[in-house]
Amino acid sequence: MTDPLLAPPKKNPQRRSTSPTRPPEMRSRAALGLTAAAAEGRLALQCCAECATWQYPPRDACVACLSNDLPWVDFPPQGQLLAETTVQTSPRLYYRERVPWRIGTVKTDVGPIILVHIHPDVTPQSAIHLTAHLDRAGQGVLVAMPPQETSNAMDAPLMRELTADPKHRRVLLTDARAENAPAMAKALKDAGAAIIFMGESESWRPYTARAALQEIGVEFMPLDVTDTLSVQTLAGEIGGKTDILINNAQFVRPGGALARGDVGFAQNEMDVNYFGMMRLAQAFGPGMCKRTADEANSAVAWVNLLHIGALANTPEYGAFAASQSAAHSLSQSLRSEFRTAGLRVMNVFSGPTESDWFASLPPPKVLPQSLARDVIKGLQAGVEDVWSGDIAKDVRDRFRRDPKVLERELTFGGDGP
Amino acid sequence: MTTLTDLAASLASGTIRVVDLTHTLDPDFPVIILPPEFGQCARFRMEEISAYDHRGPAWKWHNISMSEHTGTHFDAPSHWVSGRDVPFGSVDAISPENFVGPVVVIDCVAQSNANEDYEMVIDDITAWEKQHGTIPNGSWIMMRTDWSKRQGAAYLNMREDGPHSPGPAPEAIKFLIDERDILGFGTETVGTDSGQGSHAVPPYPAHYYLHGAGKFGLQCLSGLDQLPATGAILIAAPLKIKDGTGSPLRVLAMVDNT
Repeated sequence: MTDPLLAPPKKNPQRRSTSPTRPPEMRSRAALGLTAAAAEGRLALQCCAECATWQYPPRDACVACLSNDLPWVDFPPQGQLLAETTVQTSPRLYYRERVPWRIGTVKTDVGPIILVHIHPDVTPQSAIHLTAHLDRAGQGVLVAMPPQETSNAMDAPLMRELTADPKHRRVLLTDARAENAPAMAKALKDAGAAIIFMGESESWRPYTARAALQEIGVEFMPLDVTDTLSVQTLAGEIGGKTDILINNAQFVRPGGALARGDVGFAQNEMDVNYFGMMRLAQAFGPGMCKRTADEANSAVAWVNLLHIGALANTPEYGAFAASQSAAHSLSQSLRSEFRTAGLRVMNVFSGPTESDWFASLPPPKVLPQSLARDVIKGLQAGVEDVWSGDIAKDVRDRFRRDPKVLERELTFGGDGP
Repeated sequence: MTTLTDLAASLASGTIRVVDLTHTLDPDFPVIILPPEFGQCARFRMEEISAYDHRGPAWKWHNISMSEHTGTHFDAPSHWVSGRDVPFGSVDAISPENFVGPVVVIDCVAQSNANEDYEMVIDDITAWEKQHGTIPNGSWIMMRTDWSKRQGAAYLNMREDGPHSPGPAPEAIKFLIDERDILGFGTETVGTDSGQGSHAVPPYPAHYYLHGAGKFGLQCLSGLDQLPATGAILIAAPLKIKDGTGSPLRVLAMVDNT
């Protein structure tokens, strides 16, 4: 078992904060499949389509039959710790500041011997459970965990490096008026967040959820993501202690271009959903990037809540989905910009949520509580992409199979004007 | 031109004072709220283009955006369906002599303090006239409530059943138009109508009657407490927006200081 992580003491203002450094990022193209799977919390390795031999390390041709048909397949995670060492020093700055560091080899049940990071709760030469995570460089790495869950396992320094756990961290939720705000705040509180800053726009306009938020114990801060000055002002105030930013501000109205007849709502959608993200990134991003190695409550994650229409659009919410595509595209740019500092961008895709503006759609819909749960799980796992609810998962799978087929499937029906 | 020469001398000596009746255009200033499926009044927004820096080395400037009806603003007849066919009903077409005129202030502060839904009635107007004489034709009428001194949520005063703020009763507006041929009507609240004005018949009676008769509106005014009941001159010139239905503007009054 791991000692539980205690709330970090108040920062010593005379000590230099640890600079953000990263483990090695370079990978071969073949190896990026490991990262792609780890980015959504899966452990996958290449498995030869012709002779079914598992490959490790990833390569361009099968080690047994030389086939180059090596799809990435979910890997059975059982194995045995073979040999291990504890690194005491390293020429790599990232590891220098974090030694001792336990690494070793694992003999997996299905064959290959794999190089892994080792969780402190794993006993020598014992059975292990293999997991895949993204490291601070955003690359997939493999971790040997104990076969049975141990207490406080995620509090180990290794796991704090590989995850974005809200525990003891200070979180900014950008929109108190969003229908998911109380569920989000509650879930973060339950996950051990130290402070929940709650952005509140237009305090001159009442809203019903305020009492519930107050009861959960959030800190209301003036913030309107469409008002650059308000974003900059809040960043000036709490930018230095924002460890996780969850952008739940979203403007939705039904209708595509022809159903509306003007660009008014579309401008609102772009202003909140796209420019809002950009304003937040410009104001909060640089400060968060400086603090990614700042003790147990370091800046660790940037979360965007996106609609699955970002991947494939339909006229029912055509203009809104276009803003989601824009936001998704910006998130990819941000992810790359933040990655050099080790700050993770997590996109949470969902289908229609149980909310006013999707009321006319049939179920299934994503409940605020489910969305909040998936956000927390994603942060605790340290992933980059979360697919919340059946519709998001279904669209994702069909998008990966064939985007054009998906486009036509989604837009069937109607005999034209 | 002795009148203007006298005016210049009075302005210079301070015997005529210029009073600002305008709220600052602030991103967080309340605007009218409509049901969310309707198009909404854009808030005032400002994006910095450069500030003596690499984006523009020697100058600072902003791009701004807002609705025609954001902040202290002017309503033209074409703003309302009743005024859609009024000739010269848009801000760019209104003849400029309409932008300067006498202003009458009817004090409804006590009534509004007692009742946030207070509606100014004909009796308030006749009581004013008993004291100051008949309202001259072509005057701006200001309903003073001191509502502009309210801050935050108390200003819009929005509740489950809509906003609560004072305004004119339908018959009072009809009276001012039909019997006194006013130039326009101004308030300190977010609109020329009372907060609950959408429930009147016709809905939003001040807007409906004023603009149908080719009269103007001013709203979100401040500083009406600095105006005398009568005798001041109001200067309220909207931006010359092509086919504009209204405009944010700087509203000034010239007040005799003697």
